[in-house]
Amino acid sequence: MKNSDVVIVGAGPAGIRAAQTLVAYGLQPCLIDEGLRGGGQIYRRQPANFKRPPKALYGFEAAKAQAVHSTLDRLQTDIDYRPQTLVWNAEERTLDTLTFNDGPNGVSAQVPYKQLIVATGATDRILPVPGWTLPGVYSLGAAQIALKFQGCAIGERVVFAGSGPLLYLVAYQYAKAGAKVIAVLDSSPLSAQAQALPALLGQPLTLAKGVYYRTWLTTRGIPVHQGVKLHSIEGEERVRRVRWQRGADMVELDCDAVGFAHALRSETQLADLLGCEFVWSGLNRAWLPQRDASGRSSVEGVYLAGDGAGIMGADAAEMAGELAALTLLTDSGHQVDQARSAELQRKLGAIERFRNGLETAFPFPEDWAAKAADELTVCRCEEVSAGDIRHTVEQGHWEINRVKAMCRVGMGRCQGRMCGLAATEIVAQASGRDIASVGRLRGQAPIKPLPFGVEVEP
Amino acid sequence: MALLKRLAETDRDVLPFTLDGQPAKGLLGDTLLTAVLTAGEHLRGSDFSASPRAGFCLMGACQDCWVKLGDGRRVRACSTLLEADHCVIREPGRSL
Repeated sequence: MKNSDVVIVGAGPAGIRAAQTLVAYGLQPCLIDEGLRGGGQIYRRQPANFKRPPKALYGFEAAKAQAVHSTLDRLQTDIDYRPQTLVWNAEERTLDTLTFNDGPNGVSAQVPYKQLIVATGATDRILPVPGWTLPGVYSLGAAQIALKFQGCAIGERVVFAGSGPLLYLVAYQYAKAGAKVIAVLDSSPLSAQAQALPALLGQPLTLAKGVYYRTWLTTRGIPVHQGVKLHSIEGEERVRRVRWQRGADMVELDCDAVGFAHALRSETQLADLLGCEFVWSGLNRAWLPQRDASGRSSVEGVYLAGDGAGIMGADAAEMAGELAALTLLTDSGHQVDQARSAELQRKLGAIERFRNGLETAFPFPEDWAAKAADELTVCRCEEVSAGDIRHTVEQGHWEINRVKAMCRVGMGRCQGRMCGLAATEIVAQASGRDIASVGRLRGQAPIKPLPFGVEVEP
Repeated sequence: MALLKRLAETDRDVLPFTLDGQPAKGLLGDTLLTAVLTAGEHLRGSDFSASPRAGFCLMGACQDCWVKLGDGRRVRACSTLLEADHCVIREPGRSL
């Protein structure tokens, strides 16, 4: 083990580029990651005995994915790399970790740090629909991981729904791998995408890829419906069919699997435990840890990079990881290449403008909460319904942590990762308040479940 | 019946395991989730209605894929690789 003053949490594109940058300046950071092999989610690596070439897994992004992976492989002797390790608590200058799948209770450790880069990434942003807890229903990210990481489709006859760039990418990847894609149901109307065009043209290559996926699907006869809504998923023990709506028309479609999500949401629990200040982001429709243009959080010595501090995508994550590392080095007295920092900031600014365009192209369905029936299960852990949340609001509660305390929404095993955003939407709708004023679920340690019997130093 | 469908990487070593005491087969490199859901249709029963669940996020966030192993460990099926002779137990959940 190396004695590391600098710790990075998360070995996705941001964390790996941060580590590479620190090593280039002679540091030996500790890189902690929950994943088996590093790479994060979008560049998730398949197990070592799998044989598909990168092109089959990552398509147009194969070279980028390979570069990130080989960087991590090269770094492993220079850093203290700890895969399959959960950071479950963060306090000033110390992280509590658990390396799982190592002995009956895993191995726990306290990791001290002087400077910390938080690169915790994102998960799918979920707006529940009736039937979403049925076996065979997965997030879009999950559907992609099943294919990339395990060579599996989530079913024989798959419907993809929601919105965001991942919708078309995953549908394309599935069809290309030989899965039967029954339909793609995009909640965003074609008019929104036309309106977004000027902003999207700022990154023509990325735009072209999106257009390519969609065209590829339609030319192969895979129905792509825009401006439609996934109404419900039905089945007893597993998915049997979906119902979707175009205006007042309801269409029934037999299928055995559904992948759905509305873009991504940042994983912010660690930043919260570290005491970072949060600011409302209209673009992300979420409270996010505040970061300056160089990657500094509001807490001295804590830096933020990648999708964990606002959704910008993998390319931006690589840049933000490098930038955060350069800023950290500057703050600790190293002479760094300031021109490089400036260049990264400029490129990140351009991606942010593109990101604004994406939000116009794939708008958040703001009427989701008003249309959610009382019976809808919002919290899949504690099985709390939209009606339960509305009842709590009727009793006079509107701050999300208070609502959680009263009706248990977001209190379960996932700590609100899957339902917190939807619950906030319901509270805002039921209370007639602005979404930002409802607040955000506070992070609590442990941020993910720990086995009984974990030995924790006091 | 299976939930997941294998599309690629099927030429791998076979690993025998048991699923709720019954003999089953997975492949080297499978997660427990893949091994169970290419043999069956669910991973656990939910904590409040015992309804069947089969995971959701596959990236260690949703916590809806926990299974029990023969040695008493509870693990996330999406983040744990299958080993030969694993005894995987699906917990029925409870109905409140």
